[in-house]
Amino acid sequence: MVKGKKIIAIGERDGVPGPVIAECLEGAGYEVVFQVTECFV
Amino acid sequence: MNFENQGVIKRLADQYGPENLTVVLGNGEANGVEVFAETVTEGDPSYAGPLAGVALKIPVYHVLEEEVVCQVPEKLREEKLQLSSLVIDIEPMHQALEASREKL
Repeated sequence: MVKGKKIIAIGERDGVPGPVIAECLEGAGYEVVFQVTECFV
Repeated sequence: MNFENQGVIKRLADQYGPENLTVVLGNGEANGVEVFAETVTEGDPSYAGPLAGVALKIPVYHVLEEEVVCQVPEKLREEKLQLSSLVIDIEPMHQALEASREKL
């Protein structure tokens, strides 16, 4: 994955939620411009 | 992908340029991953949402793919992703998303 890209994090309730993806990628130095957790029921 | 999120992604692509964006998914199952990828690369396959006919060509990864997870600091990886990586079968999603990225 190319460094320096802005991240759109689309998590899933039954997988990895959006805030967790955002936290991990911010820790990796990425800028997260949108995060959400979708729910498929 | 729901229409609200499609609209947000379209707005972000207008604001930052789609070439500067990457989508990272957290799906628990492979079902739907290809549709997600198609929506932000080729446009909404249902032709009903804001991304209908809009080919943004944004690369899509899953957070548990090696290309992503290897960049996450070890402590965060252990705290936040280790459990998910035990229960989520990443291989079918990796194959689908890698195929999608190769088409870009």
